[in-house]
Amino acid sequence: MAKRLPARRLDGIDHNPWVEFGKMASEYDVVNLGQGFPDFPPPDFAVQAFQLALSGDFMLNQYTRAFGYPPLTKILASFFGKLLEQEIDPLKNVLVTVGAYGALFTAFQALVDEGDEVIIIEPFFDCYEPMTLMAGGHPVFVTLKPSPTGDGELDSAGNWRLDPTELASKFTSRTKALILNTPNNPLGKVFSKAELELVASLCQQHDVICISDEVYQWLVYDGHQHVSIASLPGMWERTLTIGSAGKSFSATGWKVGWALGPDSLMKHLRTVQQNSVYHCPTQGQAAVAQSFQHEQLHFGQPSSYFVQLPQAMWRSRDHMVRSLQSVGLRPVVPQGSYFLIADISDFKSKMPDLPGDVDEPYDKRFVKWMIRNKGLAGIPVSIFYSRPHQKHFDHYVRFCFVKDESTLQALDEKLQKWKDELRP
Amino acid sequence: MFLAQRRLCFLDSRAKFLKTIYSSKILGLPTSAKMSLKIINAKRIEGLDSNVWTEFTKLAADPSVVNLGQGLPDISPPIYVKEKLSEIAAIDSLNQYTRGFGHPSLVKALACLYEKFYQNQINPNKEILVTVGAYGSLFNAIEGLIDEGDEVIIIMPFYDCYEPMVRMAGATPVFIPLRSKPVDGKKWSSSDWTLDPQELASKFNSKTKAIILNTPHNPIGKVYSKEELQIIADLCIKYDTLCISDEVYEWLVYTGNKHLKIATFPGMWERTITIGSAGKTFSVTGWKLGWSIGPNHLIKHLQTVQQNTIYTCATPLQEALAQAFWIDIKRMDDPECYFNSLPKELEVKRDRMIHLLESLGLKPIVPDGGYFIIADVSLLDADLSDMKDSNEPYDYKFVKWMTKNKKLSAIPVSAFCNAETKLQFEKFVRFCFIKKDSTLDAAEEIIKAWTRQKS
Repeated sequence: MAKRLPARRLDGIDHNPWVEFGKMASEYDVVNLGQGFPDFPPPDFAVQAFQLALSGDFMLNQYTRAFGYPPLTKILASFFGKLLEQEIDPLKNVLVTVGAYGALFTAFQALVDEGDEVIIIEPFFDCYEPMTLMAGGHPVFVTLKPSPTGDGELDSAGNWRLDPTELASKFTSRTKALILNTPNNPLGKVFSKAELELVASLCQQHDVICISDEVYQWLVYDGHQHVSIASLPGMWERTLTIGSAGKSFSATGWKVGWALGPDSLMKHLRTVQQNSVYHCPTQGQAAVAQSFQHEQLHFGQPSSYFVQLPQAMWRSRDHMVRSLQSVGLRPVVPQGSYFLIADISDFKSKMPDLPGDVDEPYDKRFVKWMIRNKGLAGIPVSIFYSRPHQKHFDHYVRFCFVKDESTLQALDEKLQKWKDELRP
Repeated sequence: MFLAQRRLCFLDSRAKFLKTIYSSKILGLPTSAKMSLKIINAKRIEGLDSNVWTEFTKLAADPSVVNLGQGLPDISPPIYVKEKLSEIAAIDSLNQYTRGFGHPSLVKALACLYEKFYQNQINPNKEILVTVGAYGSLFNAIEGLIDEGDEVIIIMPFYDCYEPMVRMAGATPVFIPLRSKPVDGKKWSSSDWTLDPQELASKFNSKTKAIILNTPHNPIGKVYSKEELQIIADLCIKYDTLCISDEVYEWLVYTGNKHLKIATFPGMWERTITIGSAGKTFSVTGWKLGWSIGPNHLIKHLQTVQQNTIYTCATPLQEALAQAFWIDIKRMDDPECYFNSLPKELEVKRDRMIHLLESLGLKPIVPDGGYFIIADVSLLDADLSDMKDSNEPYDYKFVKWMTKNKKLSAIPVSAFCNAETKLQFEKFVRFCFIKKDSTLDAAEEIIKAWTRQKS
């Protein structure tokens, strides 16, 4: 083939950092705290819901409605309608997608055009940048910056903030969208109402669409509240709210997600859907619908999974925060999400010359060293930063704590060994 | 004139917008949102919003309608396929993410199966990609390999998504129709529909990036012969063109026909993406799993699209599919193998459907493959005067009339044509026959009553 391959829209987006680290983690005997998925099963009621979908009407093996299996769009509309205090029409305001990832892609393709600017808050879930580029958009980055912490005090994700003036300066007449992620991956920040109000007022002032990735919406700790920006005055009509069954029900392998929003936006996402995947698998959707029925019944009660899961993960978070400190890693305590990042500056000063490529950020080299020598896998946080900023944020590693008790114990064992090796 | 109007509208709205901001600021009120200028779609989806299925699926959703429209089986998938999925759903680890480009056991099974048809071995990790249905494979292939300004040859009638997907990639579809020469005294067959070689050659030029081939063909049911595929292959090689070969109905070929893979022709492996479908293979369209097979220098670009679109497909479904494949791979020569039993079962249904349509006075085109039959319905001379919207092609009106008055639904074949050539196929309607006997019985009742009414 002499003709130019691939299509230009793939320029610069072919690299995938996950493949490299996923491969390494599987090659060594490690406690894998890298990729974000639970290593415990989904709750019984969800597993049963899936079983029911498989053993029930055999027509569930066939295509369903392209924009979402009707019982699922119905329950999503009523469940989130209450939360967002918004009348949500299951046919016009809900789109079921192949994971939240699919919802993000569909939104970018539908609304971001050649030359449009998209504001991305750093650190960011890494797909936002390539998705913007693939749509011909121009990413504009604004960074969450930590204020200095007192000696001996642990840093907190809430301490990382946007400078309002800096944020405002990022909006131009070419800004089409801002992508917000709360609770944030990898930092674990839960944006406060005041912070969201600032973002909201700028979006309205500049007539910008807000794409709000809220996959970790149930996973908030320390009494923090998740606020959906779509529920703020004037925001429903310009916001897409994205959610995930995988994260909600600890079933990432089901790949069911959704986008909620006004019909004026959703109709364009539907056009992309019918020209990309068209339908999503039926049975997974049936299982998610059933699972939401369960949650609707138990909403706000101790028996709700959306109450139980964050409570359990809160403990896991605290366990991990304590454990990591024993070897000189300094965790930034997250307010929400599956993840925390740990500051590895001490290691950077003590062992600055770890093996790696000359322009490879320190945290990548550190993670590889940690996998090979300490049996622990994490993800270098620089992959969540734009290329020019990576060198400023090359001293953090992301760990996932949504893991079984036995995994956290295995972590402790690895850390104990590490600690022993630190003694002179 | 139009541009000027738009500029005026823009200025007018801008003025209103500024006025609102200004007055709100004075009053200290929050700026309220109003219909904005920027909340408009990206240009890539301009004109791609209408879709034949949305309209006709809704129409046929009435339970009293016998639905021979959309191509989905109302027969049960094989028992072992359902059982496998049930077993797998109970395994914890299979509820979490798997490998993005395809669950390991599935790509391994696919490599093992398809190696039987190719001369080369297939690398499961580098030469296979698992996608969200064959639809997803088409999307990944087009987004990965087709650029703005490219031309893509599409053979008409075409599975309706080819055109919008090509347009969404900013490329230009170039159409060529299958033309038929019915032979007197012989049943009209899908093999009577052919491409004129000279006409086809005239569609290729230096901008031709790809040709989309669909064999067995939806909606006609044509199974391209060796000679026909050779003509296409020769042109692809001559013009250095890619071939995207949609082979979702590959197992559904009827007596006297053989499905051939263009990728196995000399010089074609390196330029062909071959697409398959679990939905069509195992009668599980709702699983939405498909795959692309091809050389790594092409597949890697489809993989790049995957990691920037959906990342990974559902795990339990992929594992169940892998296990179902292993069962049938082990018994490829056995009549019990689903790849053999399904076409046998469908051939009977096909023949029954042909007979029914003939009894109505129609001349259906006997398909050599696939699970659809098309027939020219103008011979019925139905009274469509009460159907509003006279701008619609004849077959659209006919299907709506037939659904409403005869409680039988089908799909208008002009939906599989581009805007300019809809008239060429507007007398044809497509019927799906992968239906259980009771559905075909109900169709038969309707047709018998209709026949009586006519005489």
